[in-house]
Amino acid sequence: MKYKFATFVVAIATLPAASMLGAQQDAQKEIERYRQLLADGNPAELVEMRGEALWKEKRGPKNASLEQCDLGLGAGKLEGAYAQLPRYFADVDRVMDAESRIVHCQIALQGFSKDELSKRPYSLTQGERQTDHEALTAYVVGLSRGAKVALPQAHPKEKESYLRGEKMFFFKGGPYDFACATCHGVDGQRIRLQDLPNFQKADNAQRAFTTWPAYRVSQGAVRTMQWRLYDCFRQQRFPELAFLSPASVDLITYMGVKAQGGTMDSPAIKR
Amino acid sequence: MKTKLLLTLLASIVIASCATVATSPKAPSDAEVTAALKASFKETASAKIDRLDQSELQRACSVASETGKDLDPKVREALQAKSLASVKYPADGKYLGDWKRGEAIAQSGRGLQFSDAPGAAAGGNCYACHQVDKAEISHGNIGPTLWNYGKLRGNSEAIVKYTWARVWNSHAFNACANMPRFGDAGILTEAQIKDVMALLLDPESPVNK
Ligand code: HEC
Ligand code: HEC
Repeated sequence: MKYKFATFVVAIATLPAASMLGAQQDAQKEIERYRQLLADGNPAELVEMRGEALWKEKRGPKNASLEQCDLGLGAGKLEGAYAQLPRYFADVDRVMDAESRIVHCQIALQGFSKDELSKRPYSLTQGERQTDHEALTAYVVGLSRGAKVALPQAHPKEKESYLRGEKMFFFKGGPYDFACATCHGVDGQRIRLQDLPNFQKADNAQRAFTTWPAYRVSQGAVRTMQWRLYDCFRQQRFPELAFLSPASVDLITYMGVKAQGGTMDSPAIKR
Repeated sequence: MKTKLLLTLLASIVIASCATVATSPKAPSDAEVTAALKASFKETASAKIDRLDQSELQRACSVASETGKDLDPKVREALQAKSLASVKYPADGKYLGDWKRGEAIAQSGRGLQFSDAPGAAAGGNCYACHQVDKAEISHGNIGPTLWNYGKLRGNSEAIVKYTWARVWNSHAFNACANMPRFGDAGILTEAQIKDVMALLLDPESPVNK
């Protein structure tokens, strides 16, 4: 894997120039080529490894690791946990997505403050070191590879989160009158050359949900689902989505339920 | 004995109905959804929270797409008439600007994002949704092709005014059309709309070759 990764880094160095020239199709082809080249290696694995080290390290005011974090399957049980999130947590009496729960554990177990952790959840510039949040999330989702998406919907708050998420998905607003459904509600739609998943179709929803977080070649970084929504809302011309906001959790619940039964394969490699 | 049975029966009904109360989710009201959305965003200098206050048309079209049910014909007509009334035609009677500038506007996806400076010039991003000049292969397909738009339709006054109104407020012709109101929402200036008009209608534009 390490050897393959080195090849990838060399190959990737030529990419940004290509996409700046607007040669998106060429870039797309190149990415396909790298995908082949990598087969089972993925630069996200380095981020996952850093996330694992961070997870196990004693940190924060309480000098504790995250090893006792309960992501829904019990303290310290991480395998397959991401595939069953968002879900209801009795200790906070609300539904949380994976990223909210990881932050919750950093607060509860390690004593970090929410403000501190929310200040800069995503790395900004190309080549900048990934944030702790991105690394921890990559580690957690990697432990669900091969697990079936199975969001619990038995608790009324889980179902309510889904129902709100559904309404939010179709909520048109802002100066462009866009909703998620404007770009993700019809089969075979494209913005420029990017294919847009139609979340009303199980296979489309599964492909999208099971491949986030993802290593984005165009940004040279692992991006999380919270970031994906942040960026789609930017294109939707809404104000700035707050990290771990109620709307983000509800929309992730909605998409996850639409993707039930899909097989997790994240962090994937994307454009 | 009978009363006992009745009591047990009653008790189990009460328990059962309590259980359904506890486990049945409530369908969220529109007001709750809007409140949850409003609690989820931060204002920036250029994108205020009031972007989440839906217009009558936005609300009606959200419901239509969520339920898959067409608008009531009367509602549709009223919304379209209101949209048509919003169209401001150029005061100087000149509809066509410079197609070269129009091409640049059609290519640009900038503008009105929360990260943009307030009042920064926006593009029309027509290529995101339409094929326009065939030479540009990177185009979306949410809207119909505009290749040879003027060549196929000519530039009679009716066509010119229709196209202007389409770009100004697309909802005048289809209440829930997925095309932004470039004039009505203040995305493009009158001068910019003249330029994209030329891109579509000027016989010299590559679109009409
Ligand atoms: C203006 C169009 C637009 C709107 C509105 C929009 N998106 Fe997207 N979305 C995109 C584009 C374009 C991509 C693909 C980006 C890429 O390939 O780089 C995308 C990708 C995604 C993906 C990842 C799909 C995958 O397979 O990798 C998800 C999930 C998603 N959007 C969810 C949403 C949600 C939820 C909303 C509403 C909050 C939304 N989008 C609103 C344009 C939009
Ligand atoms: C978000 C996608 C989107 C963008 C961006 C967009 N359009 Fe459209 N456009 C559409 C859709 C969808 C339709 C069809 C509307 C309908 O169903 O009534 C359309 C229809 C049109 C029509 C009418 C076509 C006909 O055959 O009558 C014209 C003209 C047009 N668009 C021009 C433009 C121009 C010029 C721009 C850029 C300034 C633009 N559009 C940007 C989605 C878009």
